Amino acid sequence: MSMLPEVASGLLCGALFGYVLENAGFGSPVKLTAQFRLTDWSVFKVMFTAIVVAAAGLLALEELGVVAKDAMFVPPALLGAAAIGGALIGAGFAVGGYCPGTSMVGMVSGRLDALAFVVGLVIGTLVFALGFGIFGAWVNAGEFLDGDTLSEALNVSAWVVVAALAAAAIAGYAVAARFESGPVGPLGAEQAVAGAQPQIIVR
Amino acid sequence: MSTALVSSAGGRVRPFWPPWLAGIALGLVLLLTFLLVGHGLGASGGTTHLTAWLGSIVAPEATRANPYLGPMVREGNALSAWIVWQVLGLALGAFFAAWQAGRLRLQVDGERTVGRWRRIGLALIGGAAAGFGARIAGGCTSGLGLSGAATLGVSAFVFLVAFFAVGLVVSRLVRGVQ
Repeated sequence: MSMLPEVASGLLCGALFGYVLENAGFGSPVKLTAQFRLTDWSVFKVMFTAIVVAAAGLLALEELGVVAKDAMFVPPALLGAAAIGGALIGAGFAVGGYCPGTSMVGMVSGRLDALAFVVGLVIGTLVFALGFGIFGAWVNAGEFLDGDTLSEALNVSAWVVVAALAAAAIAGYAVAARFESGPVGPLGAEQAVAGAQPQIIVR
Repeated sequence: MSTALVSSAGGRVRPFWPPWLAGIALGLVLLLTFLLVGHGLGASGGTTHLTAWLGSIVAPEATRANPYLGPMVREGNALSAWIVWQVLGLALGAFFAAWQAGRLRLQVDGERTVGRWRRIGLALIGGAAAGFGARIAGGCTSGLGLSGAATLGVSAFVFLVAFFAVGLVVSRLVRGVQ
């Protein structure tokens, strides 16, 4: 691929990604971490909806022959590495208020704590690189040999998996509605922009 | 410290999109990315290249010799990678959205609940844990969790379960931003 299309596709996809994340409210660490306090389920809803839409879209485009089967990158099933990384990023999210992508959104919307998180990302990457002799082996931890995708691992059609995910998403929205009707509801843009403020809604 | 910055919304703060709408939009952007480049969206790859680039300025010899960062530096400029352009685009797109909606504000978010320096310290520690974890997993919430799950990758679902489970527990142990 020549240089120009790579720059153009990167900037285009990134700009749309950032535009959607900010409009979802994902520059606010108060809103993001409210997912773990179970008072605002936006993180779950946005991620799960996007996964179902993109997964169904990719499958449909494969069926129509627009994209070749197996042409898309599927992450290798290194389940131990994924679990360690997921745990550390979940802990970092709860403590620091962001994940790597959302810290960029927070930073460009004027949050200096997000800038500190990005500096932390560089430090964490540096620690990994300096200790690569030890940590390098963790990267390949827990390889699962029965297939990289859920449909291979469970030996069912990919459409069955997508249907199950869609059903799980609908169930998740119902559970979310119960939690979000409590005394503290989802964080609105006004509160998010004003900074962390305990928000009690009297109904 | 909290200073509202210039916006096109005339002092008004526009509401966020409803989550279902943002989710559909994010899914379509992810689908477009797969069609254009054959893989999904990411973020931590950008800060990894940034780390390699900073290393090549501060300690060029050590960075070149490092088994992890070395290959990124030796192939030329460490910043010349698709993911770097995508993360730059992410920053531009998010800035435009915040500007358009009156949501730009210079602040240390969370200082009201935990104090300014404690908040900065927690963000640094959280960032370091996430930066290290993303290198072990080979991706973060975007690159492995979101993009991997769209291809039904088993490791993406393991990542997401670990992410939510540990996040739920740790947010009860540490009083962070809220």
